[in-house]
Amino acid sequence: MVRTSSRWTNFVFQLLAIVLALAFTSLVMVLAKANPLEAYRNIVVGSLGSINKFSDVLVAWVPLLLATSGLLVTYTAGLWNIGVEGQITLGAIFTTWALRVLQDSTLSPGLIIVIGFLSGALGGMLWASVVAFLRIYGGVNEIFGGLGMNFVATALTIWLIFGPWKRPGIGSMSGTEPFKETLWLPTFAGLRISPWSLVIGIIGIAVIYILLQGTYFGLKLKAVGRNRRAAFLLGIPTTQYMWAAFLLCGLFAGLAGAVQVLGVYHRLIPSISSGYGFLGMLVAMLINYQPAWAAPVAMFFAALNIGSIQLPIVMKLDSTLSGVLQGALVLAVLLMDGVRQRLLRRR
Amino acid sequence: MDTVLVIGIAGILASAAPIVFAAIGETIIERAGVINLSVNGAILLTAMAGFAVAVTTGSVVWGLLVGALIGALVALIVAFASITLKQSQVAVGFVLALLCRDLAYFLGNPYMGRSGPRLPHLPVPGLADIPVLGAILFQHDLMTYMSFALIVLAYVYIFRTRPGLVLQGIGERPAAAYVRGANVNLLRYVYTVVGGALIGLAGPMYSLSVKAGWKGTISGLDGIGWIALALTIFGGWNPLRAALGAYFFALLQWLGLVLQPSLPNIPSQVLQVAPFPLMILTLLLVNIGNAEWVDRTLAGLPEKARHAVARVLRAMRTSPPAALGMPFEKE
Repeated sequence: MVRTSSRWTNFVFQLLAIVLALAFTSLVMVLAKANPLEAYRNIVVGSLGSINKFSDVLVAWVPLLLATSGLLVTYTAGLWNIGVEGQITLGAIFTTWALRVLQDSTLSPGLIIVIGFLSGALGGMLWASVVAFLRIYGGVNEIFGGLGMNFVATALTIWLIFGPWKRPGIGSMSGTEPFKETLWLPTFAGLRISPWSLVIGIIGIAVIYILLQGTYFGLKLKAVGRNRRAAFLLGIPTTQYMWAAFLLCGLFAGLAGAVQVLGVYHRLIPSISSGYGFLGMLVAMLINYQPAWAAPVAMFFAALNIGSIQLPIVMKLDSTLSGVLQGALVLAVLLMDGVRQRLLRRR
Repeated sequence: MDTVLVIGIAGILASAAPIVFAAIGETIIERAGVINLSVNGAILLTAMAGFAVAVTTGSVVWGLLVGALIGALVALIVAFASITLKQSQVAVGFVLALLCRDLAYFLGNPYMGRSGPRLPHLPVPGLADIPVLGAILFQHDLMTYMSFALIVLAYVYIFRTRPGLVLQGIGERPAAAYVRGANVNLLRYVYTVVGGALIGLAGPMYSLSVKAGWKGTISGLDGIGWIALALTIFGGWNPLRAALGAYFFALLQWLGLVLQPSLPNIPSQVLQVAPFPLMILTLLLVNIGNAEWVDRTLAGLPEKARHAVARVLRAMRTSPPAALGMPFEKE
C-alpha cells in the first residue's frame, strides 16, 4: 500500500513539473509577444502533421537516442561525459574520412558504409579515450576535459572543411562535397528516414538496456558509480570499469556521428553533431537514468526540435524555443523531485 | 615602448575584464562549497538582457544592474536546488547553462544586430597622461577599473579578513564552521547569490563594451562561461591566480587575431580555440599532483629525484575546497 501511494505522489509531482515547465515556457512566449497556444499547435503540426514530418522526427530521434544510450553508461558509472558532443563530431569526421578514402575503390557500397560506421565508432572512442585518460591518470575532471575536447573537435571540423577537405574551388560553411548517392543509407521511398538507422538506434538502446539492467557488468558499473571507493574495496577494478564506460559512450556517440554523415547530411558540415550530445544529457537526466524510458522521451525531444523548425517562418520566433521547453522540463522535474523528497522527509 | 604593443596590452586588460568578473564570482561560490555550472548560460542571458534593457532605457547602468540581478537569480536557483532541495548541483547547473543559453537566443531575437549604448570611455584625469602606463591602465571604461579593484578586494576579503576566513571554513570544514557559530547554509546562499551577481555583470560587460551589441548565436560568447569555470580551477580558488588566468586567456585570443594575417591557411575559428587545449594542459599540470599513480611512481624513484619532482608538482598543484559540492546537514 505504501508503495502505491508513493508511486502516486511521484506521478503527481511529475505532472506538476510538466505543468510548471509549460507555464514557464508560455510566460517566456508572452514576454516575446507571441501566442503560446499557437506556438504549441505549430510544434505539434510541424512534428506530427504528416508522414514526412514524422519521418523527420525519426531522423533526429536515432542520433539522439544513440547519444542518450551511451550517456546512460557513463552516468551509471558516476561520470559526467560532457565531451559527448565532441565524440559525436569525431565519429562524423572519421566516417567522412573512411568514405573519402574508399569512395573511388572497387569495394561494394554496402561494405564501404559498414566500414564508415565502424570508423565512426572508432573516432568517438578515440575522443572519449582522451577524456578518460585525462580523468583517470591526470586527475582532470571529465567535465573540463570533455568541454575542452568539444571545442577542439569543432575547430578540427572547420579546419577540415576549409582546408584539406574543402570543396573544389573554395571551402564554405555548407560543408564538404556530398558523397555519391550509392554511399547514402537507403531510405524508405519518398522519406528521409532510413530503416537501417532505425535498426541501429533500436538495437543500440536494447543493448544498453540489457547491459545495464541484466548483466553483472551493469551491476558492478552501478556500484562504481554509487561509491567508487567501496566498489574498489569490494574487488571491482574501478579503473577498468571507468575506461569501459567512457569507451562505450564514445562508441555510441561515434555511431551517432556516423548516422549524421551516412544517413542525414551525406557530407561533413560545421555543426554536424546538431547539439544531440547535450540534448542527450538532458534526456538522460529527465528519465532519471532509466534506460526503459530513453526511447519515448528521446522521441518527444526530437519531436520538439523538428516541430520548432517552422517557428521562425510561421511566427517569426526563434527555433530555440524547443530548447527552452526542454531545459525548463528537466529543471522543473529536478526541482519537483527535490520538493517531494523534502516533504516526505518532513512527514 | 611600441604603440601597437601598448594598445595590445590595454586591449587585453579590457577584454579580460568580464572573464575576471565571472571567474572571481565562481571562485567565491566554490569557496563556499557550491559548484555553479550555469556560468556559460548566465553570461549569455545577462549579455542579452543587459543589452536589451540598455537599448530600451538608454541607460547602461540599468543594463548592468539587470545583468547582476539575473545572474543572482540564476545562482539562487542553483543554491535553492542544491542546498534546500538536496538535488545534484552539477545536474541543476548544467541544465541552467543550457536553458539560459536558449532563453537568451529566443528572447534576444528582436534585439539582434541593433545598435545600442556603450559604456563610456573614462580616462582617469591626471593618471591617463603618464607615458605608457597611463595608456595601459588608465584609459578604460568604468567596469574595467572595477575589475582591477575586484581582484584586490576579493583577494583581501578571502585571505585577510575574518568573514573571509569563515567563507573558507564553510567550504573546507562546514561542520567545524557550524560548531563555531557560522550559519553554513545561509552563508552558502549569500555567497552563491553574490558570486552569481558578479557573473551576471560579465554579460552586460560584453554586450555593452567588449563585444558591443547582441548578435545571437554569432555573438562569440558561447564558451566563455566554461572558460571561466576552468579558470576557477586553474586559479586554485584564488582570485589573484584566476585573474592571471583570465589575462593569459585574453592574451591568447589577441595573439590569435594578430597572427591571423600571417597564417592565411588557418580559418579564424581554429585560432580562436587555441586557448582550450592549452587550458586542458594547464588543468593537467595543476591536477596531476593529486593523482594516485603519481604518488606510487614517485615512491619508486631515488630519494633526490623524488624530492625534486615532488617540489615541482606541489608548486603547480591546486586542491579544491574539501567540501566542494557536498551538501551540509547538521546531524
